[in-house]
Amino acid sequence: MNYLDLIQILDSSIRLATPLLFACLAGLFSERAGVFDIGLEGKILISAFFSAAVAALTGSVWLGLLAGIASSMVFSMIHGLASITFRGDQLISGVAINFLAAGMTVLIAQDWFSQGGRTPQLSGGARFSPIELPFAEALSGVPFIGPLYADALSGHTILVYVGLLTVPLTWYVLFRTRFGLRLRAVGENPGAVDTAGVNVVRLRYAAVAICGVLCGLSGSFLATGLAASFTQNMSAGRGYIALAALIFAKWRPWYALGACLLFGLLQAISNRYSSIDLVLFEIPNAFVLALPYILTVVILAGFVGKAVPPRAGGQPYVKER
Amino acid sequence: MDKLPKWADVALIPLINLILALIVSGLVVALIGQDPFEALAIMVNGAVGSTYGWGYTLFYATNFIFTGLAVAIAFHARLFNIGGEGQAQLGSLGVALVCLMVPWPHWLIALPVAILGGGLFGAAWAAIPAYLQATRGSHIVITTIMFNFIASALLVYLLVSALKAPGMAPESARFVEGSHLPTAREVLGAIGIDFARTPMNVSFIVALLACWGLWLLLWRTRLGYEIRAFGHSDKAAVYAGINPVRITMITMLISGALAGLMAINAVMGEQERLLQDNVLGAGFVGIAVALMGRSHPVGVFIAAVLFGALYQGGAELEFETSIPREMIVVIQALVILFTGALDGMVRSPLEKAFLRFRRQPDKPGVPAE
Repeated sequence: MNYLDLIQILDSSIRLATPLLFACLAGLFSERAGVFDIGLEGKILISAFFSAAVAALTGSVWLGLLAGIASSMVFSMIHGLASITFRGDQLISGVAINFLAAGMTVLIAQDWFSQGGRTPQLSGGARFSPIELPFAEALSGVPFIGPLYADALSGHTILVYVGLLTVPLTWYVLFRTRFGLRLRAVGENPGAVDTAGVNVVRLRYAAVAICGVLCGLSGSFLATGLAASFTQNMSAGRGYIALAALIFAKWRPWYALGACLLFGLLQAISNRYSSIDLVLFEIPNAFVLALPYILTVVILAGFVGKAVPPRAGGQPYVKER
Repeated sequence: MDKLPKWADVALIPLINLILALIVSGLVVALIGQDPFEALAIMVNGAVGSTYGWGYTLFYATNFIFTGLAVAIAFHARLFNIGGEGQAQLGSLGVALVCLMVPWPHWLIALPVAILGGGLFGAAWAAIPAYLQATRGSHIVITTIMFNFIASALLVYLLVSALKAPGMAPESARFVEGSHLPTAREVLGAIGIDFARTPMNVSFIVALLACWGLWLLLWRTRLGYEIRAFGHSDKAAVYAGINPVRITMITMLISGALAGLMAINAVMGEQERLLQDNVLGAGFVGIAVALMGRSHPVGVFIAAVLFGALYQGGAELEFETSIPREMIVVIQALVILFTGALDGMVRSPLEKAFLRFRRQPDKPGVPAE
């Protein structure tokens, strides 16, 4: 493997990390507010479908993006209704949402396009096109740094950069604003927040809504940036990997970026090589793909630094009995 | 004091939830321009209108009984085992190894060993998440989800390496003839009843025995009492001298073993070789089945047959109309949503209604908690 291979792997790592990053930050908002969300997968999927479908029908990727976000928001509100208003089990609601998305996408795709549960191929204005970062051309000649900047970092679609910018934004909102303080407090001790006169239900709905928007971006990027159409079950477990990244990152935004890039790198490696030859023994591809899940279990087991979830996570808030 | 009479809790609420799920499903069907009543008629007829339909319905139901019981026993200890899918995958590996390693002379000898193999492998796959939950506090939902993916990666790897049969497809060699389980057609044919050719086999009887065994365990043994006590209040259970680590471990081992047993029906009974994805979501259907069956073995049985009919009916639906098979997944999602997550939406108005109709107690009620 030479330097150029490495650049290409880094390039596809960033691309593959982006849907994970959006979903991971989505989960971060929701879970920091005390609402567990294993329905990230479903929201990515429904958004991927509506983004691709509307983009295919209108020819505009931006309308597709809006439709994707809207559909993901609807699912978020179902989750909110079940877990905040009716105080149902958040995990079970998440499971239901994943199935609902898996079924509905194919059902509607078949009804609209009759192509066996997929959307037509997107092209031109129905897809996000790559953006050259400033000076990419000029710097590409510089040894070592040049190719890294011009080929790995530059030339992605706009959503990749939006994703990277969402990390500092999330950090700022959560740790430097009053809203963020309250949001984190409502995930640790909703009773105290309520006593302070802040509406717990409204805060949690706000968190769930932000989660919906970010999952919408994730799905939209998946179908119109990474791929060029919607295919059945195209999220392929990304929602769960994002969940793993969230635990790996211990519910912190900057760590989330690191975790998603790492998991993106693992995907890129397994896409490129059928197995990795380490001279003494061979690592099978399946192991590389399973590595995010194995790492998460190790982290959860507390062998390498303990991951402590928000204290009130998973519990519906009851004002008074 | 219970706010609801027992019959309302056990029968009325699940029924209302189910009807709500079906109404929304009907709306979905109408939305994609089909007639919901016609669809329902096709599904019912396809599922129970012939011995062919019944055979498939009960074949699917057998899978769902095992995975449903697996989720149900975990629910009793207030553990959410979402890893039925992975445990069933490992169970299929156990069953396949049993069926591949030994030239079995007769299925009556092969079946008990296969049950042992599937159960042991399934239990082993549940053991690590259970241990981590019990001793290190790692959330069992997350660890079992992770183990689902690890299981599927493991199976993919084994089926392209050690277990791969000659040829292109990533699948194992065919099991030996002696491990073939008699199908319903063969059994009923022997006593002169004509039954269509379906994959339904003697595993169905094993599933019924599992229902009965689980009922016995939960309500007639000391261990079952401990499991239920732990589920109601872990603090009170600890105070009563129940070891939480032991109960968590045992419950999850039984749960994993039950999920693993699904393989005797799907792998040993139908496919007769190990395929990459042999569980096909049955581990997740178990969640819906356990929720609808209120975690009681009888309820699980009824719900499993209902879901079996849904799967078979859904297949017919795809065959006869332009509604894709994924309609089943939508109905399944709505059942989980309404019986599981939105339970409170039906329950609290119903509780208020029942309280209004009930006579006031003589003494003013003590406020709950």
